[in-house]
Amino acid sequence: MSPDQDRHPRPSPAHRLSPAPRLDLDPLIDDPKTRIVVCCGSGGVGKTTTAAALGLRAAERGRKVVVLTIDPARRLAQSMGIDSLDNTPRRVKDVEGEGELHAMMLDMKRTFDEIVEAHADAERAAAILNNPFYQSLSAGFAGTQEYMAMEKLGQLRARDEWDLIVVDTPPSRSALDFLDAPKRLGSFLDGRLIRLLTAPAKLGGRAGMKFLNVGMSMMTGTLGKLLGGQLLKDVQTFVAAMDTTFGGFRTRADATYKLLQAPGTAFLVVAAPERDALREAAYFVERLAAERMPLAGLVLNRVHGSDADRLSAERALAAAETLENLEEPRIVDQEGGKAGLRNSPDTYGSSEAPDTSPASGPDSPVDPERTADLLTAGLLRLHADRMHLLSREQRTRDRFTARHPEVAVAEVAALPGDVHDLAGLRDIGNRLAAGRPELPEPGTDAG
Amino acid sequence: MSRLQVVSGKGGTGKTTVAAALALALATEGKRTLLVEVEGRQGIAQLFETEALPYEERKIAVAPGGGEVYALAIDPELALLDYLQMFYKLGGAGRALKKLGAIDFATTIAPGLRDVLLTGKACEAVRRKDKSGRFAYDYVVMDAPPTGRVTRFLNVNDEVAGLAKIGPIHNQAQAVMRVLKSKETAVHLVTLLEEMPVQETADGIAELRAARLPVGRIIVNMVRPEVLDGEDLELVRSTPRSAVAKALSSAGLGGARRGGNAEKLVDPLVQQAEEYAVRYELEHEQRSVLGDLGLPLHELPLLSEGMDLAGLYELATELRKQEIS
Repeated sequence: MSPDQDRHPRPSPAHRLSPAPRLDLDPLIDDPKTRIVVCCGSGGVGKTTTAAALGLRAAERGRKVVVLTIDPARRLAQSMGIDSLDNTPRRVKDVEGEGELHAMMLDMKRTFDEIVEAHADAERAAAILNNPFYQSLSAGFAGTQEYMAMEKLGQLRARDEWDLIVVDTPPSRSALDFLDAPKRLGSFLDGRLIRLLTAPAKLGGRAGMKFLNVGMSMMTGTLGKLLGGQLLKDVQTFVAAMDTTFGGFRTRADATYKLLQAPGTAFLVVAAPERDALREAAYFVERLAAERMPLAGLVLNRVHGSDADRLSAERALAAAETLENLEEPRIVDQEGGKAGLRNSPDTYGSSEAPDTSPASGPDSPVDPERTADLLTAGLLRLHADRMHLLSREQRTRDRFTARHPEVAVAEVAALPGDVHDLAGLRDIGNRLAAGRPELPEPGTDAG
Repeated sequence: MSRLQVVSGKGGTGKTTVAAALALALATEGKRTLLVEVEGRQGIAQLFETEALPYEERKIAVAPGGGEVYALAIDPELALLDYLQMFYKLGGAGRALKKLGAIDFATTIAPGLRDVLLTGKACEAVRRKDKSGRFAYDYVVMDAPPTGRVTRFLNVNDEVAGLAKIGPIHNQAQAVMRVLKSKETAVHLVTLLEEMPVQETADGIAELRAARLPVGRIIVNMVRPEVLDGEDLELVRSTPRSAVAKALSSAGLGGARRGGNAEKLVDPLVQQAEEYAVRYELEHEQRSVLGDLGLPLHELPLLSEGMDLAGLYELATELRKQEIS
């Protein structure tokens, strides 16, 4: 059906696709016209870390940035010094340069409460806040988090205190939820059904609507039976209170949605070189295009590289085996290292293994050469694993590139550990900006 | 052995894969398992390399020894219509409700109702018996929402029972809760040997326990092989690079002299070993954090060829070997 369901590995690297265009992130975050960057993608691909690292980099390049995170891992929040998060942007200390970095974590219940408090008089607000249906709704039913994330983004933008907002998206069922949920919630709260629940008589007011009215009271009756009369009453009270205090939930959702389409907004799809993450990323790219939302490119986290990639996995494994099977103590250039007897010709083409004779006795555990052989065999096996990983990553990337050759890609090298401080975030920022895995400098000739 | 096996885990840890492997592992010796998907991703179909699953129980695999794995992707909308039909005989009215957005309301908007339907359907499959009074499925394995949401998901019926204090939904919610909080259920968490997923696993276990939901096992997925151990890594630091160059050369990889091909390989290979060493240490730390959680711990290997159907059977065999089933 779709290209990524083709599981057959490509026949050989020679058939590799031309590489995707490189995503250059510095021009994007430096451009004063860029006001919002949205990081989206499936769970577990480093989305929040990417948002934080990008925010820090933009700040250190002189911009006044706020990062809105949704559900950061504790360590990541601590790395920005914001372990006490309270729904308000806090300035991050120790940011270098002229710019500023502020960070906050979304508290969806608090955000919802604030909307209510801002738009209703104290008495009415209290009535809403104490309504059981509201409490359940605001504490997180499907869509509230997405709605509140977009609401908060709208608020931050309206305050106009920052020249760049970097926003993380909620860890949803599907990465697309945050586009749909606000509309869904907005249209529910503004919609026909809820009006019907609250005031069926009003709708049936006109004579011609009489038939419909009968149907509707039958339906509210059914819903009452199904939900239990008291829940229906809670919903009705809630909607009545909301309705008179501020109309237009949908209007708000629409406004935020338009903000996402506006010039000045850029989407970054974040993924890891794994099948599921890239499949999700491909869907996302297609969806953004359909919604006319501006995609800046794909950030591919945790990409592996090797400085020894000329040595294939197969050759590395063969060489490892050769070394492991060397059981005879070697008679080599013990003095002076001139003989060079065991040095094969200086080419990779030769795959001749040195002669191995049957063992004449147990290996001496202290023989340094034997130790070096076995250790080197281990290094070669490690390298073979790395090369297998590389080719697997290449295959998954190729599938994405085949489907979306136009999408620019920034690759970020895999880090062995997690991020714990600003220095770690800065490091990721550097890798992001480099746009390709930054490999260690080739070894110098120094002994 | 609990008959409802719930599998959760942080995003990216492979919980769908583990759930599928577990369903296969449990289906040995003529047993029949049902693998249930609740998030509408069609992850199971992709894993078993079949077309998208409809809302019906369908056989998708045969396990060694004659067992069978059935799969069901629960569609909350159809589950609700089913439910209405079952309790109210609302054929045409169901369509009218749909037109008005009521079904949409119920399945996507109403607090928790969607989750009530999903958990309700799974519990129904657990309790279902055939004509001879035998359970229709020996085990039901659920590919549940991720760790961050699983407690809320499973516990939603408690909340709904509180919100809708009377009526059929209230009764249904309570019936589901009786299954979920009993020994019939075990919630397993899938993790990787990395800091964030391990932290999330610890938090998830605390949440599940606070909600009195039965925690089962921890399954560490995608465990990389131990190519070098701690002693080897010590050696990497103490062995002269020239000795490594010489060994490479003796294995036929070029000249060991400075600038020779073997010599040029030494730095990158040692560099890779150093990266491995960092990860090795981290993994050991995380393994001991997991060990302290006091739950049965299982490890599944990273499949070097990537995940496919053959790999799934390999993981199922591994789970069986570790006596998870």
